[in-house]
Amino acid sequence: MEKYENLPAADAALDITDAVCPITFVRAKAALEEMEAGAVLALRMNDGEPVQNVPRSVKEEGHRILKLADNEDGTYTLFVRKVEEA
Amino acid sequence: MEADYAALKRGGFMRQVQKNRFSLRLKVVGGNLTAEQIETVARVARAFGKGYVHLTSRQGVEIPFIRLEDVNAVQEALRAGGVDTGVCGPRVRTVTACQGASVCPSGCIETSALAMEISARYYGRSLPHKFKFGVTGCQNNCLKAEENDVGVKGAYIVRWIKEDCTLCGVCLKACRENALSERDGEIVLDAARCTYCGRCAKSCPTGAWRGESAYLLSFGGMFGNRIAKGRAVLPAFAEKERLFRVTDAALDFFDANAREGERFRAAIERGGWSLFENKVTEAYNGEI
Repeated sequence: MEKYENLPAADAALDITDAVCPITFVRAKAALEEMEAGAVLALRMNDGEPVQNVPRSVKEEGHRILKLADNEDGTYTLFVRKVEEA
Repeated sequence: MEADYAALKRGGFMRQVQKNRFSLRLKVVGGNLTAEQIETVARVARAFGKGYVHLTSRQGVEIPFIRLEDVNAVQEALRAGGVDTGVCGPRVRTVTACQGASVCPSGCIETSALAMEISARYYGRSLPHKFKFGVTGCQNNCLKAEENDVGVKGAYIVRWIKEDCTLCGVCLKACRENALSERDGEIVLDAARCTYCGRCAKSCPTGAWRGESAYLLSFGGMFGNRIAKGRAVLPAFAEKERLFRVTDAALDFFDANAREGERFRAAIERGGWSLFENKVTEAYNGEI
């Protein structure tokens, strides 16, 4: 229902479902570094440790988390707006 | 002259296999030493020991191979360099701690400062048997709180602020206990499942979870000849005065109820856990 509507529009996408921690976060960080400030990354990750930890790591990097969407296939997509460091 | 081994042991000089040689235990609180203290220790180990130190299992430092005739000179050299000698025997031992919230992103409490306070209050206090405090900053429990006679574990008592929440869903997955669910635009916390780990507050992108630093105490842990896990008999609470009321009561209970040479755990069990729980609950409630 609401899950598949109202999702933020993404400017870039990255799938880290083939990686394990901490490579999941390393790849997310690298992808965000390539992007313009204000752009939104759709980050697809596995249930379990990635979804427990990657959002927090992204937050601690200073980026803005918009939404964590359950894809209902054992993966989640985290929508992140890039924030440039002050 | 016959050496007073009991007095030496009390002062941290541990008798070695080798005649008239002692491994000198130093005072370390929460696993921190300043660079200056480390330099002092290095100098003393070189001049009076064998040029090395031993790191103990509880964040202590010992300088082995101190000669009996050098005991006073060693004590002076250490004191001049800002290092205190440790203790052994039936008393409150080294207070251990992880780095806690001032350094570690997972930390829920300031462990180093608390270890210093606990140490200032109790270190070296004579009791029926050895007594160990350990302070760990969060549920990750790097410092193994429940191995100690009293373990202090950092926790967050969390509260959800509706106005700040965007229902992004991050906390629902950050929680390892499945204590959170979303219902009709609200995040519902199942208090029975919450372990106070604070992962919801730490991961929330909008600060919609407020985490108040709190303490979870465990009692009667030991990890030597007998292994027993410390038990939590009180709820998490935030006030430091309350913490010290409870620890005062626990040590007084031990002093009053244990037989000489009996560990805290054994004393609690002999009297029954309910007797001990009543004592610390009174202190928790401020009734003593």
